[in-house]
Amino acid sequence: MNAIAAIRPASTRHAIARGLLIVPALAFMALFLLLPLAVVFVEAFKQGIAAYWSSIVQPEAVAAIKLTLLVAAIAVPLNLVFGVAAAWVMARFEFRGKNLLGALIDLPFSVSPVIAGLIYVLLFGAQGWFGPWLDAHGLKIIFAVPGLVLATIFITLPFVARELIPLMQSQGSEEEEAARVLGANGLQMFFRVTLPNIRWALLYGVLLCNARAMGEFGAVSVVSGHIRGLTTTLPLEVEMRYNEYNYMGAFAVASLLALLALLTLVVKTILEWRFREELPAHTSVH
Amino acid sequence: MSLQLSDVTRRFSRHAALSGVSLEIPDGEFLALLGPSGSGKTTLLRILAGLDRPDAGKVSHAGRDFLQVRPRERKVGLVFQHYALFRHMSVMENIAFGLRVRPWRTRPSRKEVRERVHALLRRVKLEGLGDRYPMQLSGGQRQRVGLARALAVEPDLLLLDEPFGALDAQVRVSLRRWLRELHDELKLTTIFVTHDQEEALELSDRVALMNNGRIEQVDTPAALYQRPATPFACEFIGRVNRIPLRLEYGRPQSGEWRLPSPPWSHGHHEAVAYVRPEQFSIGTCGSKPMWKARLRHIYPAGSVAHLNLYVESMDQILEIDLPGEELNQRGLQPGMELGVLPRAAVLFPLRAADADSGTRWEWRETDDVFPALVAHR
Repeated sequence: MNAIAAIRPASTRHAIARGLLIVPALAFMALFLLLPLAVVFVEAFKQGIAAYWSSIVQPEAVAAIKLTLLVAAIAVPLNLVFGVAAAWVMARFEFRGKNLLGALIDLPFSVSPVIAGLIYVLLFGAQGWFGPWLDAHGLKIIFAVPGLVLATIFITLPFVARELIPLMQSQGSEEEEAARVLGANGLQMFFRVTLPNIRWALLYGVLLCNARAMGEFGAVSVVSGHIRGLTTTLPLEVEMRYNEYNYMGAFAVASLLALLALLTLVVKTILEWRFREELPAHTSVH
Repeated sequence: MSLQLSDVTRRFSRHAALSGVSLEIPDGEFLALLGPSGSGKTTLLRILAGLDRPDAGKVSHAGRDFLQVRPRERKVGLVFQHYALFRHMSVMENIAFGLRVRPWRTRPSRKEVRERVHALLRRVKLEGLGDRYPMQLSGGQRQRVGLARALAVEPDLLLLDEPFGALDAQVRVSLRRWLRELHDELKLTTIFVTHDQEEALELSDRVALMNNGRIEQVDTPAALYQRPATPFACEFIGRVNRIPLRLEYGRPQSGEWRLPSPPWSHGHHEAVAYVRPEQFSIGTCGSKPMWKARLRHIYPAGSVAHLNLYVESMDQILEIDLPGEELNQRGLQPGMELGVLPRAAVLFPLRAADADSGTRWEWRETDDVFPALVAHR
């Protein structure tokens, strides 16, 4: 009985401390995350569903959706391949300059997106290094779709690799070695052993990469030139409508991006839930 | 079909993991690679499996150059210390992996694969667990899956890297006896790496003792214990007393213990003798020239008693084993003053640099030099 009496004050104090931490955290999240998200949808539907729908199916909005999907459809698979290759190299080999490669993979995280866009303008723009040559051959990169794709690839480059490197390092190469000794060739080893072991982390990385590819504004804004219907992606379309005092239209397009974010969040949560089941396998094997 | 290694050398950036290792392993032998960690035994195993390449030297198996053969064509089964099972595959899929990745011309049919997997499950006593995943198995079960997976490809050579290292003591003993029985049944050339001498001595036909990237001695377990070839072999295998000796007029001695000249006495001033705990004579004081020693502790251990004797002239504690019966007959008690001398020893000159097999001397007491001392009482 004494023991219970001794424990109770401590556990009450524990509950109070927990409340003191949880309530501000929830309030903070509501103020800075949920409220803005709600505002997006409230503003988008202010003039009714019909107005919302018609502002989304306007030709320039449809073009922006198509362009956003096209850019992501090129940038994400390329970064998927690059990310797996880079993670493999980083996790499986020791070589000179490995730290440098790691820093380079992280570079897009540390460089401001506007700078990233400017780099491409300086390289491929009319006054840039390769500008005259490109012009002479009738190739257009800046203020055109290739520039958008290049800037997006740059910005989203670290996502897949950063997700895979720690996992592949912790898993080690023993299973791959076992596969080789058992007679698997390189492709069999990759598709039957390596890939199944990293599939959830890979999917997770691709998801984050895709969310960023579709939502990127800064770098894309610099190389786009804002040509309506030709080089405006969804985030740029939001900005242009906003600058034209078309608030409802801006929020309608923004709601599409918000939906993308919510979808990403749901899939991410499902993956994390899935992941948690796989994680004990990593720890108990080693 | 024998496996031959000659002068195999492997350097990692700073140190030599293997320097000039030569070894011949006849067909069907069960060989242990024994040594402390960092002695190069795992590197040697990885070279045999094709996961690493030597910088110099040759490896040939059944007359063909093994180093020119890719790992997947070597017909080698490898069992890992941490099992390295494919975690996303069931036990059956793990075992079948080596058969399923074969080129379709040599790949067995689905039915054959299933039959072979079931036969292997029976062999490793895991019937009924085929649908489990590795994380649902105990350590001993996982290691048996690892073994079944390695055996599925019908290898010519079975390699095991510390196969029992991650298991607890009881499972380890039963699993290694079972492995030995399996070997006797399959007659498969087997090489296993271990740092546990008990495991190596109990299981193998021959033991290759490794140290610092070299093979110190290759011998049967009995010979390795009774006739160690190098100081390292003396100290690594079993328990041993190391006794430093001075050479005077070519004769090694320490206190009352005087020996005849060893074959290599010229040019050396110091030597070292290794004496096993059971190779001592104990007498009472005064009967013969013997080391004066005080009995510090008696650790009875069933049929044998371990004695700690302090010899003042050497300022050294000797570990001595006596049959428990003899201990009782003599009525030995801690604190008693006793006479003690080695009955047999292996001697080396102290300069380790020139300690090759020629500079080793096995000395054994003969009755005419030292009459039976044990009888005095």
